[in-house]
Amino acid sequence: MKEELKELYKYRELLYMIAYRDIKVRYKQSIMGFLWAILMPVLIVFSGIVVRYAYALAANAPLRSEDIASVAVKSLPWAFLVSSIRFSCLSLVNNKELVTKIYFPKEIFPIAAMLASFFDLLVAAGALLIFLLVMQTGWSLLLLWIPVLLTTTILLAAGIGMIVSAASLFFRDVKFIVEVLLTFGIFFTPVFYDVSMLGDKGKWLLLNPISPILEGFGACIARHQSPDLSWFAYSLGFALFALLGGFVFFKHLEPAFAESI
Amino acid sequence: MSDTVIRMEHVSKKFRKGEVYNSLRDLLPALTGEMFQQQGLNEKDKREFWAVQDLSFEVKAGEAFGIIGHNGAGKSTALKILSRIMKPTIGCMHVQGRLSALIDVSAGFHQDLTGRENVFLQGTILGMSKREIASKLDQIIAFSGLEEFIDTPVKRYSSGMFARLGFSVAAHVDPEVLIVDEVLSVGDFVFQQKCIERMNEVLRGGAAVVFVSHNLKTVVEFCNRCLLLEKGRTVTTGAPHDVISTYLQRSMKEGDVESGLGEVRITSVKTRNEQGECTKFQSGQKAWIDIEVTARARCSKLSLSLYILDENLKDIFDTSTERLGHPCFTLEAGCVFSCTFELQLNMTMGIYYPSTHVVRYDTQTIYHRRAPATTIYVSSRDDGRGPVHCFPKVIRQEIRPASDADFAALAQTARGEQTCKFG
Repeated sequence: MKEELKELYKYRELLYMIAYRDIKVRYKQSIMGFLWAILMPVLIVFSGIVVRYAYALAANAPLRSEDIASVAVKSLPWAFLVSSIRFSCLSLVNNKELVTKIYFPKEIFPIAAMLASFFDLLVAAGALLIFLLVMQTGWSLLLLWIPVLLTTTILLAAGIGMIVSAASLFFRDVKFIVEVLLTFGIFFTPVFYDVSMLGDKGKWLLLNPISPILEGFGACIARHQSPDLSWFAYSLGFALFALLGGFVFFKHLEPAFAESI
Repeated sequence: MSDTVIRMEHVSKKFRKGEVYNSLRDLLPALTGEMFQQQGLNEKDKREFWAVQDLSFEVKAGEAFGIIGHNGAGKSTALKILSRIMKPTIGCMHVQGRLSALIDVSAGFHQDLTGRENVFLQGTILGMSKREIASKLDQIIAFSGLEEFIDTPVKRYSSGMFARLGFSVAAHVDPEVLIVDEVLSVGDFVFQQKCIERMNEVLRGGAAVVFVSHNLKTVVEFCNRCLLLEKGRTVTTGAPHDVISTYLQRSMKEGDVESGLGEVRITSVKTRNEQGECTKFQSGQKAWIDIEVTARARCSKLSLSLYILDENLKDIFDTSTERLGHPCFTLEAGCVFSCTFELQLNMTMGIYYPSTHVVRYDTQTIYHRRAPATTIYVSSRDDGRGPVHCFPKVIRQEIRPASDADFAALAQTARGEQTCKFG
């Protein structure tokens, strides 16, 4: 384990290089360039606003700007997680040439895919900042939670990324399963709604490890409240477990990659 | 402390052939099926095979080690184990120092990135640091000869340009262990020469080179020691020339080298020099080839052809008894036709296959063909390349100041160039 981490550190430049390649290629291929990073979050935000508007109509209550800000704030980490898992999942299979021909720690591929998605998140965050300024959401010291929540998301994304990338190398239909889970995952994750809107039963949704993180983002940015500490600890624990488990799982299967791909 | 940099100890690698389930959709029904059927152990064994078995060798610093063998002999598997892409099933392997593999020189290239970006990408993949690449960037680009196109996406490159850029990057990694697999078979002659030169440089720098190739000539020229693999097992290790002889002898037996009708058969083909039977010759030396043909049934108007194939089995020379002015012969059943060709071996260094066939002159019916019939190895003191040896010597070489006449000639040629360009 220690040896493996040492080796990964030795190859860190390659990690940046592959991430840089993924970013560059993605932006080169799309005519819209940087708009690509914003497109998915923007779509999610608008869907969320429509859903929120429908809730407000049904409940006969006004649509508060705070709710819109909360939807916008939660959309970005969700979009990051989805695209990170999606790109990681294909990262080994799409780099078949390199997997079978040259030696280096292969977890570089899913991690680089995650980093490339994180870059998209940063671009989108710039747009979000402008949006929040227009909405006059304001700021507080609670914003210091952001790096903590982001790190947890990254750990979770990297862990899941390593698992799905290795699994999809051995079983090509894993990517369809992942795709379906990601598509319908949004209904089981408090992106468009808040857990509190479901009353007591909302607690069950917090078992989804990304839920407390998204709730935390919404709480500290849009509503200036502190995140729920115990649920956050649950998410952090889950993320660390996913990362560690993912790494061990990946390293265990790695020797068989070249002959199985 | 020895200077052994590669040590392979009893390395074996097992693969599974037959059905491999690469989707859950196939795996799940198969698993449930297996539960009910209870496959015997024997059946499982049949689906497994050993690509490499009990492979052991050592390579010291500054040594070039060749691995030869047929397709499927396990060469590539051996290299993949050596470069740590695959893990051996049994046995262990130690490699000391930075290892660089010229297995596929452009594996890391991305179509949409420019040449320059790909140099950085491929360089990092091969283990160079960013700073190292930046400092060597100009050298790498110059080596590839692609200055004009370096900022063009590589998807617009020709396959040759692609390989050249890939090799230029690979050639600028300073490895302590270099593994080369068949890169020489792609690319043109100049490119191949560059590869060899670079490998020699690496060797002189004290690194070890492991070289896998079908090009036996290069193996003989380049390697100090050589290993012959057959069906995953080591047949022999030793001096390249001996190992290659063994290889050729063994492949001659297996190969489908004969064809014919059956009435007449070429029963013996032997090569000799002044001293006696021999397969190793000096360029320019005389060689005698004794051929015997035995008839089972009466055949008339026969002639015997002798031709020489190079290592790519290309015909580089042919002649026949009839073309050399000897009359056609008729063989009664049970008779033997015996003849000797005298040749002067004006070829460059390499491996050649004397071949022969018996033909009926007027109908052009080939009764029996043996190609290759035997193998000879020609060595040469001068470094000449190509099919024929012209026994070159440089007999004069000087540098002098240019005279008016020289300048006039220079101006003339310069004008010529311009008219060519615009004309």
